[in-house]
Amino acid sequence: MSLLGNLSLDAIPYHEPIIMVTLAVIGVIGLAVVGLITKYQKWGVLWHNWLTSVDHKRLGIMYIILALIMLIRGFSDAIMMRTQLALATNGAQGYLPPEHYDQIFTAHGIIMIIFMAMPFMIGLMNIVLPLQIGARDVAFPFMNNLSFWLAAAGAVLINISLGLGEFAKTGWLAYPPLSEMSFSPGVGVDYYIWALQISGIGTLLTGVNFLATVFKMRAPGMKLMQMPIFTWACTWANILIVASFPILTAVLGLLTLDRYLDFHFFTNDGGGNAMMYINLFWAWGHPEVYILVLPAFGIFSEVISTFTGKRLFGYTSMVWASGAISILGFVVWLHHFFTMGSSADVNAFFGVMTMIIAIPTGVKLFNWLFTMYRGRLRITVPVLWTLGFMVTFSIGGMTGVLLAVPGADYVLHNSLFLVAHFHNTIIGGAVFGYMAGFAFWFPKATGFHLNERLGKYSFWCWQIGFYVAFMPLYVLGFLGMTRRLNHTNNPDWNIWLYIAAVGALIIFVGIILQFVQLYVSIRDREQNPDVDGDPWNGHTLEWSTASPPQFYNFAVLPKVHDIDAFTDMKEKGIEYQAPDEYMPIHMPRNTAAGMQIAGAAGIVGFALIWHIWWLAIVGTLGMVVALIARCYAKDVDYYVEPQEVAEIERAHLASVATVKEEAL
Amino acid sequence: MSHSAETTSHGSVKSYLVGFVLSVILTGIPFWMVMSGHFGKSVLFYSVVSFALVQIVVHLKYFLHLNFSVKGRMDTFAFLFTALIIVMVVGLSIWIIYSANAMMM
Repeated sequence: MSLLGNLSLDAIPYHEPIIMVTLAVIGVIGLAVVGLITKYQKWGVLWHNWLTSVDHKRLGIMYIILALIMLIRGFSDAIMMRTQLALATNGAQGYLPPEHYDQIFTAHGIIMIIFMAMPFMIGLMNIVLPLQIGARDVAFPFMNNLSFWLAAAGAVLINISLGLGEFAKTGWLAYPPLSEMSFSPGVGVDYYIWALQISGIGTLLTGVNFLATVFKMRAPGMKLMQMPIFTWACTWANILIVASFPILTAVLGLLTLDRYLDFHFFTNDGGGNAMMYINLFWAWGHPEVYILVLPAFGIFSEVISTFTGKRLFGYTSMVWASGAISILGFVVWLHHFFTMGSSADVNAFFGVMTMIIAIPTGVKLFNWLFTMYRGRLRITVPVLWTLGFMVTFSIGGMTGVLLAVPGADYVLHNSLFLVAHFHNTIIGGAVFGYMAGFAFWFPKATGFHLNERLGKYSFWCWQIGFYVAFMPLYVLGFLGMTRRLNHTNNPDWNIWLYIAAVGALIIFVGIILQFVQLYVSIRDREQNPDVDGDPWNGHTLEWSTASPPQFYNFAVLPKVHDIDAFTDMKEKGIEYQAPDEYMPIHMPRNTAAGMQIAGAAGIVGFALIWHIWWLAIVGTLGMVVALIARCYAKDVDYYVEPQEVAEIERAHLASVATVKEEAL
Repeated sequence: MSHSAETTSHGSVKSYLVGFVLSVILTGIPFWMVMSGHFGKSVLFYSVVSFALVQIVVHLKYFLHLNFSVKGRMDTFAFLFTALIIVMVVGLSIWIIYSANAMMM
């Protein structure tokens, strides 16, 4: 046993030109970023204002930056798969050998779900939720910072796998017995396990944190059934996180024991049962897709009611539809493995439950339609994403109900029809929602507007590209093409594979346009400021703050009497009132403890992947020491003096007044 | 940070000790039963499961302070939701795996 465990220079894939070029590009970009930060002397700002920040708004922005970076990685995987399949027809081998291609589709799945969609959702929730309920921060600000760094540590691990060793070749589910030591002896599955495990614990802490926040820190007067609808949707998602992520932690733990200590939970021999892994994985995995999509539904509700200038139709039914989805979400998971070979009764039960869960989702669609009915919809970028979602997600939902019929599933399972279906719901549902939320709350988070025209171009590329890329996959599924094929030899499939590749390229243009939009908007930020903090005539409390919001959110905690609390204040004419005097505000101090603990956790993960046992022990000790040091830290909070509050508030009210004067 | 005032009891040193001792006993007995080798398979199976269930109740009472009071209504709801999810996930998992095994025979 050497000092570096299984790690040696052979772990670097020199023989893979694609990977080496990628690493070179990442290296150059990384050096450029470091150089720019040094040149403009921003290291102090980065450290004090961002990396160690416990401010939910800054953490939210960092989550979204993480999501956008991982979107680039995950989408590169996607475009490689589509081009490989377009080239490797008629028996050609394409440019990606099977052992590399298998890593790509595994990484694509895990990155897009765990490291793109989840951070995006949690980022939006971080920025918006405490503001919507009139709180000054989340219940446990330090834990919020720790959650972010745990997610980042998982993302770092998965990116290290690119240049050191390999990633899992098992598909994003890592089903045993393939993921067991006997069939996957390399480090790929270990990267998978520890990246997922570390970030999963971060997600669980986030769920606990935000549940405590909504139950204990709502503004005075705000009843549970007066929380804004996005907050409610996130709350249901957090309940699902708290109920389902422990299952993932446990099932990954069992697989870890199998791989590291020769246990036999899921092995072929020794009394193991691989079916139990599949069962437990999906008992987490199905609630997980609702964790992704419920907050997106909340975003669409906010967007539609704001831009029609109306109250949301059927608020109560919306809340309870989300609740019904959350509970039913726990009794449908077997539809992911109808063909496992359980009894007909089992399949019938889960098939029926799956069809039933479409009903509350249908209720939501009608609520949005009725909200728009006789409203005056302003066609802005968030609204475009919402309309695109309503059409696209309906199609995805219908193909889902089709797959819920066990008999049909026996024909279509494991085919590209399934791949088309879940991209239809996750892109058309969750991702479109996050894009809508991104455009909707961007001025709030940053203080300036996104370029509207580029946003619209980007939306249309995504929308058209989505259909061009994924409708052919439905056809290919019917033609019998299974998923995860490396190359094909069926002339009937070729044309559809070509069309799908074109679709992926159109989405690619959409993504590029989004980054151009970001660049242009940041460049022109002086010309497009959000002066008064209420650019859309918003309904809920986040729009009553400045843009970006004061670091303490609310100088005086607002009194809430209505679901649309800010609209209610505007109607009463009390929306911007300065109190006679301000009180000191109790705030948490920034801390590096989150980075230390999560950094040590990342080191432990890395050490365990490469069997560097001494480093794993050192890392674990580091985690414990950092945690204990944090527990006994004395200087963790401070008071903002009333004088400082008064100055900040005066500036905000003055800019509100200038906007009002211009309007007159 | 302003937290709302309604909080339930967080227990005393004594109640934690009682809970701890009960948990140790409830873990020790089934452990001894398995290690001693005096008992048949079905007896062991049902005893271990029963002791585990009793220990869940001990944890709920002494560590999670579930007392079904008016003040702790949120706790009660949280417990009921969790119990519902656990019953569904565990119950359906048992049904799924038993049926699958039956088909493999």
